[in-house]
Amino acid sequence: MADFETKEITTDVLILGGGMAASGAAVEAAYWAKKNGLQVALVDKAAMDRSGAVAMGLSAINQYVGLKDGQNTVKDYVDYVKNDLMGIARDDLVASIARHVDSTVHLFEKWGLPIWKDEEGAYVHEGRWQLMINGESYKVIVAEAAKNAVGTDNIYERVFITEPLVADGRCVGAVGFSVRENIFYVFKAKAVLAAMGGAVHVFKPRSAGEGLGRAWYPPWNSGSSAYFTLKAGAEMTCQEVRFIPVRFKDAYGPVGAWFLLFKSRATNAQGEAYMETRRDELEKWKPYGLVKPIPANLRNWLMMLDVMEGKGPIYMRTEEAIQNIAKSEGDEKAAKKKLKELEAEAWEDFLDMTISQAILWAATNTAPEEKPSEIAAAEPYFIGSHSGASGAWVSGPADIAPEEYQWGYTNMSTVKGLFCAGDASGASSHKFSSGSHAEGRIAAKAACRFALDNADIPEVDAGKIEEMKKTILAPLDKFAQNSKDSSDPDINPAYMKPKMFMFRLQKIMDEYAGGVTAQFSTSKAQLEKGLELLTFLKEDAEHLAAEDLHELMRCWENVHRMWQAEAHVRTILAREETRWPGYYFRSDTPQMKEDWEVFVNCVWHPDSGEWEMKKVPIKRLFE
Amino acid sequence: MPSYVIPEKCDGCKALDKTACQHICPNDLMVLNKDIMKAYNREPEMCWECYNCVKICPTQAIEVRGYADFVPMGATVTPMRSSDSILWTVKFRNGMLKRFKFPIRTTSEGTAEPEGGYSTEPDLNSEVLFTEPDSIGMDQMWTK
Ligand SMILES: Cc1cc2nc3c(=O)[nH]c(=O)nc-3n(C[C@H](O)[C@H](O)[C@H](O)COP(=O)(O)OP(=O)(O)OC[C@H]3O[C@@H](n4cnc5c(N)ncnc54)[C@H](O)[C@@H]3O)c2cc1C
Ligand code: SF4
Ligand code: SF4
Repeated sequence: MADFETKEITTDVLILGGGMAASGAAVEAAYWAKKNGLQVALVDKAAMDRSGAVAMGLSAINQYVGLKDGQNTVKDYVDYVKNDLMGIARDDLVASIARHVDSTVHLFEKWGLPIWKDEEGAYVHEGRWQLMINGESYKVIVAEAAKNAVGTDNIYERVFITEPLVADGRCVGAVGFSVRENIFYVFKAKAVLAAMGGAVHVFKPRSAGEGLGRAWYPPWNSGSSAYFTLKAGAEMTCQEVRFIPVRFKDAYGPVGAWFLLFKSRATNAQGEAYMETRRDELEKWKPYGLVKPIPANLRNWLMMLDVMEGKGPIYMRTEEAIQNIAKSEGDEKAAKKKLKELEAEAWEDFLDMTISQAILWAATNTAPEEKPSEIAAAEPYFIGSHSGASGAWVSGPADIAPEEYQWGYTNMSTVKGLFCAGDASGASSHKFSSGSHAEGRIAAKAACRFALDNADIPEVDAGKIEEMKKTILAPLDKFAQNSKDSSDPDINPAYMKPKMFMFRLQKIMDEYAGGVTAQFSTSKAQLEKGLELLTFLKEDAEHLAAEDLHELMRCWENVHRMWQAEAHVRTILAREETRWPGYYFRSDTPQMKEDWEVFVNCVWHPDSGEWEMKKVPIKRLFE
Repeated sequence: MPSYVIPEKCDGCKALDKTACQHICPNDLMVLNKDIMKAYNREPEMCWECYNCVKICPTQAIEVRGYADFVPMGATVTPMRSSDSILWTVKFRNGMLKRFKFPIRTTSEGTAEPEGGYSTEPDLNSEVLFTEPDSIGMDQMWTK
């Protein structure tokens, strides 16, 4: 076995991840820990200042309810989310986040995040729930508060979490390794909070050359939350509800400001607006097809129908939108001034969160006031905090959740001691950056309470930990033992490098599970074939090889992706209908069916290695 | 080759105990070639063009060349980040230049206080979070 020192860290509350949810968790846990004599530790695979989906910055806070000013109610937000997800949402969880999210946003502002204000001092909205920000340093600021709360001595950066530690059915820690030095980490804790984001590169991205990394979702979030919770034996929900964003084509720049703030239209090459010409299609998906705003997946779907009929390219009509705004200003001078402002806003939208799009516009000499820009559906991602819904099945809060949805500690999964937030918890989508932070806080407070109520932790067998260490470091041994058998270290009959392993996974998912080349369409037969190929891949995971620590991380990232993929395929297979046609289309069951208005949950049982699929009824909070 | 290092400008961060670009890259891409004391991006096709290495490099040695598989050549986007604002210079393929300046934070670095000045709620057994209800701006947290 490769020579690695083992470091054991014992704490009370262990936070896994350093993104929005984990940063919220850190701030909240630190407070309750100090009051109650508990310790908190946080582990991130990267540097917290710039880790996770907000690493580059953001140009908007997407969830703000505005409770104090009576702008909206908690029920308004629940209705919005439930409708957008075609009925599949946990009202109790969405309400739980909605009632706390404003508090988190107000904290962001105190910490130094510039939120746009109008002349009266009120927040400037991009849409009903979205606030405009100068968000280049969004993550830096949020991480700073977290670090100040927990203390840098308790933060482990550049440690990749690989596996959960489970004893007597309770999650009691995690293991991982440093990507900087030969250290194997064993973290033991009374409560564990998973917040390691969602997953990208499970499906083949549209750009497969240098632009492979330019997925909409950042290439560094690789399904560790899903893997960790699955492997601990937690029940998972909405594993079929992937997210496919429509964005500016290729560089995936945001379109929200164009649609919401600038009131732009999207049209096909003939100038037809699919949202108008295909309005009748929405009837097929009622009641959700007829709600306002039209669910994201259905807006995608109407566009995809145009694309499949050969009516592309599809354009965001930026030139038209800008002209309309200028016209509405009255005199020429006012219009000029307005245009200047709009221009800066449009560019900031890219520069704050998708700089590649600014490069692409500059490289194609794009003047948005003169010519439209192409938009397209990206590839599928797993991001339960955004417009997808995948994640662990967690307990709702005692005061609002129906009995079936609560088991003592808010945001605890079905595995004792394992809490989840942000992309790690499911069926509570549209929490975005702010809601994920709020949910991290909710989960962390409950985790502190759990740690106090359950102070004695079962011992994990030392032999088992040694066994895990051996398995985790195996790719290094594989390389050391076999690399000399070929003149090219990447091509060897005894092993596979993680990059090719990832390409194989992506090809399976793309072709059999409804990726880009399959125009997001799949069927029972396709999925079953895909599962067969995934089984071979799973076996071959034992032959992954790594030359160094960086590649060792790549090996495990791809194993994590593979498990996310399997949970996804099994759940699409279980749901015998098409409910989100703009996310995936089951060609053998092309309609939405009333009796499938349920959650489809799954559990991987650690003892037997068997998967169990469950239909779980939906309990509404509001009628 | 999304982010790339200009050899003449990179000094390997020799004044620091670790290189700034390696410290910050969320995808662990930047590494130092110790023989020549120059950094490089070891997996350009895994780069998100997040510009964090560009923004942090003390000698402005890192730039970004748009993904060659879909970006025409010749454009550059260059940031200059200070403690409270960021200045962007966008150079088009046709030579046109645009400059934008945006604020990045309203407080000084390092000063984010977890409570944010709100009064704190001491009951661990309720669903009310530690700065609430004060930080919500209401007398009470919403419940059913
Ligand atoms: C392109 C894009 C644009 C978006 N735009 C907006 C917007 O305008 N407004 C808005 O409000 N929201 C937006 N969002 C959504 C928002 O970014 C997410 O909802 C939010 O970041 C989710 O928080 P999280 O903590 O679950 O995950 P993240 O913030 O992604 O954090 C994940 C953390 O886990 C760490 N990690 C991952 N794997 C491991 C491992 N194995 N071991 C240790 N650590 C690990 C990562 O380093 C990171 O620290 C956007 C998201 C994307 C991708
Ligand atoms: S941060 Fe700049 S100077 Fe330092 S090693 Fe990286 S490229 Fe070189
Ligand atoms: S641009 Fe971002 S992802 Fe690319 S090397 Fe720099 S820090 Fe890493």
